[in-house]
Amino acid sequence: MGVVAFTLFGGLLLAFMLLVIFSRHPAYAVLYFLAGMFCLSALYVMLGAYFVATLQIVLYAGAVLVMFLFVVMLLSLNEDTEGEGRKLARTAGAVLAFSFFVIIFNAIRGVLFSSPPESIAGVMGGVRQIGMLLFTDYLFPFEVTSLLILAAMIGAIVIGKGKMEGNS
Amino acid sequence: MTPYHYVFLSVGMFVIGVLGILIRRNAIFMLLSIEIMLNAANLAFVAFSTLHHHLTGQIVALFVMTIAAAEVAVGLAIIVLLQRSRGTLRVDEVNLLRW
Repeated sequence: MGVVAFTLFGGLLLAFMLLVIFSRHPAYAVLYFLAGMFCLSALYVMLGAYFVATLQIVLYAGAVLVMFLFVVMLLSLNEDTEGEGRKLARTAGAVLAFSFFVIIFNAIRGVLFSSPPESIAGVMGGVRQIGMLLFTDYLFPFEVTSLLILAAMIGAIVIGKGKMEGNS
Repeated sequence: MTPYHYVFLSVGMFVIGVLGILIRRNAIFMLLSIEIMLNAANLAFVAFSTLHHHLTGQIVALFVMTIAAAEVAVGLAIIVLLQRSRGTLRVDEVNLLRW
């Protein structure tokens, strides 16, 4: 049962990500990415990370991809007819990506198909457990993240605002 | 399924993101490929958190998600400005600083 679910969601995830990078229209790419985020959230649930799975849907489907779609609609982006680079660059990119995959696969091949030391079930990633850690051990990064979000908001507004009157 | 299979899936997804960055020349597609890579790293974090029965990986995954959202906001503002000032989103044509 777990194998079927993992194969289904994992295969769908890789298929949607391939469709993202090979699609012509940016709006289609964003929607394929959204579908991939739902598959990724299902994988998080299978790993026992329930809070992360929920936030994945809320953050990505609700915030990040909405921003992407707003920008695509604002700029009225049409089909990306000449989107890809030159043929040499594409071939070199494919070779580099494949060799990267081979290198990383060889790095983790030793442990990849061995059995894990303990059972997979039992890491409760619920709201209570994450909250207990987040507000005690990881309080400082939590507060710094709020500063980072503030900086990103100010930066995005300043960058996207355009010309201001009286500014030489 | 062992957590190692999830790490393998994360490696595959990361390589798809790298491929997207290398072959697409449109800024929005490159930003989407960066998001694919960030999510692949998140999957690896959560898989290792399950492997070691420790919640640190999931906390880091939460922070990565937050930072990714902030980065997408700034990146999209830059893309809007790029389209307004240059008229194109192809990164090959944004080469004024090249010598």
